[in-house]
Amino acid sequence: MLTSVTTSPTAAASRTASVDAWRIEVFRKSAHDDPEGRRAEAALCELGWNTAQNSVRVGKGYLLSAHLRAEQVERIARELLVDPVLEEARIVAPRVATPPAPAGVHRLLVMRRPGVMDPTAVTVERTLARASFAKLPNAERVRALTFTAYELRLALDTAALASAARQLFANEVIEELLVDREDLHFDFPQASSERSDGAVQLLHASDEELLRISRHGGLSLSLEEMRAIVAHYREVGREPSVCELETLAQTWSEHCKHKTFAGLIEFTSPAGVELIDNLLKQTIKKATVELARPWCVSVFSDNAGIVEFDAGFDICVKVETHNHPSAIDPYGGAGTGIGGVIRDILGVGMGARPIANSDAFFVGPLDLPEEKLPKGCMHPRRILRGVVAGVRDYGNRMGIPTVNGGVWVHPDYVGNPLVYAGTVGLIPHGMAFKKVSPGEKIVVLGGRTGRDGIHGATFSSIELHDESAMISSAAVQIGDPITEKRVQDALLRARDEGLYSALTDCGAGGLSSAVGEMGADCGARVCLDLVPLKYPGLTPAEIWISEAQERMVLAVPTDKVPRLLELCAAEDVDATVIGEFTDTNRLVLECRGAIVADLEMHFLHEGTPRPLRKAHWSPMRLEDPGAPACTDHRSMLLTLLARPNIASKEWIVRQYDHEVQGRSVLKPLVGVKDDGPGDAAVLQPLENSRRGLAIGCGANPGQGALDPWAMASASIDEALRNVVAVGGDPARVAILDNFSWGNCQRPENLGALVEASRACYATAKAFGTPFISGKDSLNNEYRLGDETIVIPPTLYVTAVAIVPDISTAVSMDLKEAGNALYQIGMTHAELGASQYSAQLGLGGGRVPRPDLALAPRRLAALHRAMAEGWVRACHDLSEGGLAVALAEMAFAGGLGATVDLSRSLCAQLPPGYDPLATRLYSESCTRFMVEVRPRHSEAFENLLADHDCARIGTVSELPRLEIRSAANTVLIDVAIEELRAAHQGGFRG
Amino acid sequence: MKSAPLAIVVRTAGTNCDRETCMALERAGAKVELTHLYRLLEQPARLEAASMVVFPGGFSYGDDVAAGRIQGFEVRQSLAPALFEFVAGGGFVLGICNGFQVLVDTGLLEGLPQAGKREVALSSNVRGRFECRWVHLINEDSRCTWLPAGRVWPVPIAHGEGRVTLRDDAVLERLKSERRIVLRYVRPDGTRATSADELEVCPNGSLDQIAGLCDLTGRIIGLMPHPERNITPWHHPQWTRLSGTRTEGEGLDFYRRMVVAASQSAATRSGRIPTNA
Repeated sequence: MLTSVTTSPTAAASRTASVDAWRIEVFRKSAHDDPEGRRAEAALCELGWNTAQNSVRVGKGYLLSAHLRAEQVERIARELLVDPVLEEARIVAPRVATPPAPAGVHRLLVMRRPGVMDPTAVTVERTLARASFAKLPNAERVRALTFTAYELRLALDTAALASAARQLFANEVIEELLVDREDLHFDFPQASSERSDGAVQLLHASDEELLRISRHGGLSLSLEEMRAIVAHYREVGREPSVCELETLAQTWSEHCKHKTFAGLIEFTSPAGVELIDNLLKQTIKKATVELARPWCVSVFSDNAGIVEFDAGFDICVKVETHNHPSAIDPYGGAGTGIGGVIRDILGVGMGARPIANSDAFFVGPLDLPEEKLPKGCMHPRRILRGVVAGVRDYGNRMGIPTVNGGVWVHPDYVGNPLVYAGTVGLIPHGMAFKKVSPGEKIVVLGGRTGRDGIHGATFSSIELHDESAMISSAAVQIGDPITEKRVQDALLRARDEGLYSALTDCGAGGLSSAVGEMGADCGARVCLDLVPLKYPGLTPAEIWISEAQERMVLAVPTDKVPRLLELCAAEDVDATVIGEFTDTNRLVLECRGAIVADLEMHFLHEGTPRPLRKAHWSPMRLEDPGAPACTDHRSMLLTLLARPNIASKEWIVRQYDHEVQGRSVLKPLVGVKDDGPGDAAVLQPLENSRRGLAIGCGANPGQGALDPWAMASASIDEALRNVVAVGGDPARVAILDNFSWGNCQRPENLGALVEASRACYATAKAFGTPFISGKDSLNNEYRLGDETIVIPPTLYVTAVAIVPDISTAVSMDLKEAGNALYQIGMTHAELGASQYSAQLGLGGGRVPRPDLALAPRRLAALHRAMAEGWVRACHDLSEGGLAVALAEMAFAGGLGATVDLSRSLCAQLPPGYDPLATRLYSESCTRFMVEVRPRHSEAFENLLADHDCARIGTVSELPRLEIRSAANTVLIDVAIEELRAAHQGGFRG
Repeated sequence: MKSAPLAIVVRTAGTNCDRETCMALERAGAKVELTHLYRLLEQPARLEAASMVVFPGGFSYGDDVAAGRIQGFEVRQSLAPALFEFVAGGGFVLGICNGFQVLVDTGLLEGLPQAGKREVALSSNVRGRFECRWVHLINEDSRCTWLPAGRVWPVPIAHGEGRVTLRDDAVLERLKSERRIVLRYVRPDGTRATSADELEVCPNGSLDQIAGLCDLTGRIIGLMPHPERNITPWHHPQWTRLSGTRTEGEGLDFYRRMVVAASQSAATRSGRIPTNA
C-alpha cells in the first residue's frame, strides 16, 4: 500500500499531540536500504551507542495547509512526495493525533524554528501553486513546512536520546527537537515586540547610556561612534529614528567599513613610534598602485577584483570569510558563505557568470577528546562535516564547480573556526563598471525578506563567547540555492538585454547596505511596504536590515522596468520595484505613510569617526629547537602523510561537483588513481580559447603566531608556487588577501596585523603580483569566562594565474620511469611551525621566508621551462617538505623514485639542525620538485643553472620510494602503496 | 546540403549542465535550442521541429523532495503526451544525470504517463553521499543499436541519487530480455566488477551495475554519467599522462552517434530515406 491515512483520533492520543495541518511522513519501505538511517546509526556508534543494523529509519516529513481535502493530499503525496518503488507515506489529518510508535521505538522530530529558511517547503509551495488539482477553496496559496523524522529502535531513555540528538541530528539554534513528542508547530514567526518606528533618545544620553543602547540593540557601535551620531543629530535638531540608527550601525560596522584597516594606527615597534594613516592604502593597495599592471581592470573598488583574460572576457575573483555564523551553524553558515560570495560575483560590474568556487576551512583538532571541548563549542569534526556539507549543497546546486581550497588544523581554532569561500567569474570585457542615475527605479530581485540574519554584519564584528549560539541565533541563516540559481539565470539574461544600469548584492546589512551604497552619490527613496515579505509582522527596521539571502538590488531605467519584470516572471523569479534613486543626496525610507528615516548620504558614508588605535610590535624571542635528528625516517614520513594538514582531502573533494560546466583541465586530484593532491586547479574558461586559468591558494596558520611577517610572505609565496607549478605564468598572477585575526583593539594583535600587511606589500612588490581584492575578519576569539582563545593570525591567500596554453599545463604525478628529478630552490634551516616540528611537539623556531631577490626570477625560469614543454611533473615543496612532496608524486604517478639526499640543495646550517631532517622536512619557500625527460635534461639544467637547481634522483619502475643519504645508507625505503595508504588514512568525514 | 538536426535542450530552475550539454551536441553536429521548460509546456508544438529533446544534468528545483521529482511531476502533468507522440514519430529523448532522474520519475522510460505504477527508481547512492569521480562504461548490446556494443569508455559521474533500484528481480530479467540496459559501469578493461571492487567500479551501488537504460523503442535514453564532460582532449583526469594523439574526449562519440541516429530516424519518419533495417 502506498499510503496509510489516519483520520480519526487514536487511543494513544493522550501521549501525542496534534498539529493544525495535514501531516505526511515518507519512509523507505522496509525492503529497501535506508542510507540516511545507516548514516545516523554510524553517527550514534561514534558517540559510543551500540546500534544494531536497521535500528534507525529516517523519514521526510511535510505539513500542508489544513484546508486541503483528503483526496488532494493523497494525490499530492502520490504524485509529488513519494517514490512508488522505494517509499511509502503515512498521512495524518489535521488536528488528529499521530498513531503511537510501536513499542521499543523512539521518535525524534527535527523541524526548523519558525521563520528559519526551509527551501524544500518553498519549492513544494511553488509547485503546488502551479498544480491545478491542489487549489484551496479560498484561493489562498497552499502552505508547507518540512521536518525530519527519526525512528530509532534503541534501548535508550528519552533524556539520553535527547542529548545524542543534540550532538548529531539537531542544531537547536535553528531547529526544534522533539523527542518522543509529536507537537509540531505550523506557525508563522511571532511578530516582533521591539519598538521600531519611533525615535531613539540619544541626544541627552550619558556615555554609559549610549554604550548600553549600542550593546542592547546589537549595534556594535563604539562610544566614539555613538558620540559622532549624537553630534550629528544635535546639528539636525532631532533624535535619530530606529531605522536611521540601524542603518548607521550596519554601514559603519567593521564588516562593511573595515575601520581598522582604514583607520589611524599608532604603531610602536623597536624602530620607534609612527602614525599609519590607512594601513590598507599604505601596504596592500599601495603594491597594486605602484605595480600598475595594465591588465588590472578594476581593483578594490567593487564586489570583486577584475583582471583581463582573453577573447573579449575578463576574470573576476572574490573571497569572503563567514566565520562566526559557521561556528554556530556550520552547515547554514558555510552554505550562506558560499551563497554570499557567489552573489558578489553576480553583482560585480554589470554582473558576471560564476565559473568556479574555492573553499578553505581552519578548524580545531579533529581527534580532540570530547572532555577537552570548551563549553559552548561544537566538536571540530562536526564543524568540518557541517561546513563541507554546506559548501557541497550550495555549490553543487548552483552548478559551480568547487575546484580549490584546503583544510588546516590548529588547536586555537577550536572556539572560532574559519570558513573562507571564494568565487571566480567570467564577465564580458567592458562591463566592469556601472553607474546609478537619479530617477532610476530600485528593484529587488530574488528571495523574500524575513527576520533572518538580523545583525549579521554587526555580529560578525564582535568576539564569540559561550552563549553566542543562543543570543545570536537570528544572525544565522539557511541558504536557498535554487532561488539564487534562478536569480543568476534571470540576471545574466537581463544584463545581456541591457535592462539595468547598476546592481549589487544584498549581503551584510541587507537592503540598508545595498541601497545605501548604490545611492551614495545621488540619493534614494524606498517604500518599505513594497518589499516582498516571507511572513507578516516585520518592523520597518527589520525589513531594512534583514540579511535574508538570495537577493539582488538593481537600478533600472523607468522604460526598462516592464521588460525586466516580464523577463523575471518568465524565469520564475520575484522582482519588485521598491523605490527610486533620487538627486537629493538623502536616504529616505517610508513605511505605512510615514517617513521612518531621512539620512544624509554624506554623513552615512563619510561620518564614521576614525579612531586612533594603538599597535605594538616587538619580534618574539623564540627558542629555536632546531631540527632534531630522526632515527626512523620511514615511520616519520608515514606519520607526516597522515597529519590532517597533509592527509588526503579526497573525502571532501569528491562531494563537490568539481567538473560541472565542462571547463576543467586540471582537477583537484590527479594521477593514475585520481588521488594525488594537485597544486592548483586549471580551467579552460572559454570554449574557443586555449588560454587557461590556474586557481591556487596558500596559508600556514602555525607560522602566524611565531612571525606574522614571515607567515604573510610565505603564504603569498605558497599561493604563487601552487599556480606556477601547474603552468601559470608568474607575470600574470593576481592575488587576494583574506585576513582573519584576533581582536585588534589589543595592541599586540594589531601590531601583528601591521607586520603582516607590510609583508604583503614587500612580497607583492617583489613578485610583481598585484592584490586585486581582499577582506578582513578581525574579531576571531572565543571567550569562556575569563579565558580567551585567540586564533593564530591567519592570512589566506588566493592566486589566479593565466596559463598561456592549457595543453602545456603540468600535473604533479610522476609520469615515466627513467626521468630525472630536480630540486629547484634552496633548503634553509626553516622548521618553525613545520609539520615535522609539530609532530615532535616543538614550538618556536625559524619561520620560512621567501628570498625576495631570487624567488621571482626562479619562478620565471621554471615557467619558461614549462612553456618549452620540458617539465613532465612539478610539485611545490610545502608542508612536510621534500620528503612529503616526493611521496605524493610517487604514489600519484604509480611509480617509484630513487633519490640521493646529499645532492639536494641546502644552505649552511646553524648548530642544532640535523642535516638529514632539515633536508627532508624543512618547509623553506619557493622550492619545487620537477620531473624532466632525459632528452630535455641538458636544456633544462642550462635554463635553470642560475636558479638553485640540482638533479637529486630518478623516477623508477619499481614502485618504491628510496631516499639515500650521503654515506649511501638508505634513509627511507617504502612501497608507494604504503605511502598512499598513509595519506588516505586520516579523518574521512 | 542537409541541415543539422535540431536538439531542444530543456532547462528549468536548477538545470546546470546546459553549457557542456549544448557544447557537446553542437560539436556532434546538432543545431541546439536551449529552451525553458515552461515555454515548452506553453507550446508543446515546438517539439515538431526537433529530432532530439535533451534533459541535461543539474539540480532541478534544488532536487527538493527528491532528485528530479518536481521536474518529473511538471513534465508528467503537462508535457508527457506530447513527448510520447514525439517519440512515437521517431524523435529521441535523452536524459543525463538529473535528466535521467526526471525521465525515471515521469515514467516515460517505462512507457507510463502516470505516477504510482513505476518499477524503476533512482535511489540514494549506497554510500549515502554525493560523489564526483571518473568511471568506465561499456556499451551493452541494447535497443540503442547506434552505440557500438562492447566499447569501453571513460566518463565522469557527479550525483547523490543514481543507484538504479527495481521493484523486484523480475523487472531486471525483463529489462535484460527486452535489451533495455544500455550502459553498465565496468572496470577499465571492460570486465564486470565483483563484490570486492563493486563500489570502486560502480560508486553508486546500482543494481547489476546499470548506468543507463532505454525504453522499448530504444529512443528514450537515460544515463547517470556525463559524456558531455569528456569531449575535449583535456577533460580526462589523466590527460597529462596519456598520449598526445587524442584529439577529443571519448564522450563526444556518444553524442555524435546519437545525433546521426536521431537525424536518420527523423528522415525515415518523413519518408525521405528508405529504412535500412
